[in-house]
Amino acid sequence: MKVPEVLLARPVRLGVPSAALAVLLLIAPSSFDGYGIGLMSKALALGVLAVSVSVLAGFAGLPTMGQAAPFLVGEYTAGIMGTHGHTVGVVQLLCGTLTAAVFAGATGLVAIRTRGVAFLMTTLALGELTVTAAGEWRSLTGGTDGMYGILPVRPLPGMATLDSDKNVYWYVLASSAVVIAVTWWVLRSPVGKLLLASRDHEARLRSAGHPVTRYQWLAYVAAGALAGFGGVLMCTVNQYVAPDDGSFATSALVLLAVVLGGATSPVGALLGAGLIVATRDWLSGPFPGHGPLLLGLMFIVAVYALPDGVAGIRLRAPRRRGGAA
Amino acid sequence: MGALDTHFVPALDGVAYGLLLFVAAAGLTLLFGIGGVLNIAHGTLFALGGYLAATVSDGSWSSALLGLVVATVGGTLGGAVLAAGTLPLADRGHLPQALLTFGLALVGGDILSTVYGGDPHPVVIPDSVNGTVHIFGHVYPTYRLLFIVVASVLALVGTYVLGRTRAGALLRAAADDRDMVGAMGYAPWRVHAALCGAAGALAGVAGGLGAPIIGPGPDTADKVLMLSMVVIVLGRPGSVLGAFGAAIAVGEIETLGVSISSNWAPYLLFGLMAVALVARTFRGAAASAGAAAGAHA
Repeated sequence: MKVPEVLLARPVRLGVPSAALAVLLLIAPSSFDGYGIGLMSKALALGVLAVSVSVLAGFAGLPTMGQAAPFLVGEYTAGIMGTHGHTVGVVQLLCGTLTAAVFAGATGLVAIRTRGVAFLMTTLALGELTVTAAGEWRSLTGGTDGMYGILPVRPLPGMATLDSDKNVYWYVLASSAVVIAVTWWVLRSPVGKLLLASRDHEARLRSAGHPVTRYQWLAYVAAGALAGFGGVLMCTVNQYVAPDDGSFATSALVLLAVVLGGATSPVGALLGAGLIVATRDWLSGPFPGHGPLLLGLMFIVAVYALPDGVAGIRLRAPRRRGGAA
Repeated sequence: MGALDTHFVPALDGVAYGLLLFVAAAGLTLLFGIGGVLNIAHGTLFALGGYLAATVSDGSWSSALLGLVVATVGGTLGGAVLAAGTLPLADRGHLPQALLTFGLALVGGDILSTVYGGDPHPVVIPDSVNGTVHIFGHVYPTYRLLFIVVASVLALVGTYVLGRTRAGALLRAAADDRDMVGAMGYAPWRVHAALCGAAGALAGVAGGLGAPIIGPGPDTADKVLMLSMVVIVLGRPGSVLGAFGAAIAVGEIETLGVSISSNWAPYLLFGLMAVALVARTFRGAAASAGAAAGAHA
């Protein structure tokens, strides 16, 4: 069956998923119970992380396996503030984003030197180092037991604390909508074009005088900041932080979310994250404990059925020794 | 002598651990370096081998041998699944294959935890090697000594097969120029299947042999995958000799390093991995810049 021409038009192609997502996000709280709403909030926080991976992997051409590290930094920043009585949401978001950006600025100096599979593995190593540090630095993070006793958040100074799942959801939805809109706006500007150019034609862009390494570092820092923002939101939802949140598994799941949604689509990444959370925590309800099985099957189907989504993320083949000569 | 004395047992443990990692990582480095498949399911195949060996083990030598055979066969079959899954993706680069193996690892891990539950499964070691021996005045488990011998033999055989036999030459040729190997009359899918099967067998036998050292449990797959990843990065993907040195180094960090400084050892592994990756990129860039300058001169 041939797809009608009108369905392929750009406004329809982009508008329909976005509209569907918006409707889903707005009507969800009235039709779900507390658990379902909590899952939606988690999916949004994870969605912000997925958008950050889409910026790096899809736009900048740097497929990362360690984006959960700045996410974890954001989570811990919010957790430490929350246990010490600093409960204003906006302040937490600013501090967490800033800390994660500084963290990404430092680790980015290392990671950005590599490309392709080496970048994948470097970010993996950096991510594991971060998880190790979070587990060992007990005085700050509470070690592998995790950090608890985190107070609920007030969105703005003077506002009431968020005492119900539904209120937390609206707060998370509003915050992530703002930050994703900003991201989308930046990516639509010439900045996004420069990133795509550095992904596809790095050598050409360099010889045209562009400081490509600096662009990639800035993209890494911005993506780190975005991941940190998502981490702060996750901390608000869970009121609990543990080193495992930053593990390799989180990074890989989010990479799958981006693959599912098409690498260069922030809305797609958000939908992908929603699909993953729904599969892992909600669809697996009838088969308790078998979330990984469903996720694994989804990975397998996605790889075969969504070649475009996968191909959107370019992974340059490693240069073989002597092969270029 | 005092320091040497205190650290003798951890250092010897490190050799055993390193050899185990070498056998485990050899499969990963072959598959990645030669076949281009970054196999996230490698640790799952190791765990499968361990579980299978633990299931048949009852303390007799015949059951121990049977366990090794079953673990190897199980690993090979897992490798066959991997080969069938990754072959259609061969033209699409590394990422789809890595994602597929991640999916297989999740499914495999779920099946293993369903069948074997969440508790670690201890292996029953034959009585005659379950005791201890005295080496240089230290008490040491006999099994680990035996393991060091068997794993060394395995490492030597593997290196010989890859370096000195026709099949090994074919695999190395496939790493350099797959099309040329195809043109010589060897169907690429057969080379790929052989590679996946060999990698799976190595993971399985490592799991079976190493079950008394890294016992099969819910965390085994991730742990082995991560350590093997560090090993193949430190030793350069595809290089068996490099993997050997790196595996021993990682084994020593995990045992001797922890006994000397338990605060810093955890950072050392992934710190080294990151440093190696970045240093190599710099060297590679410098080398290619030098080559370019030479070409223009």
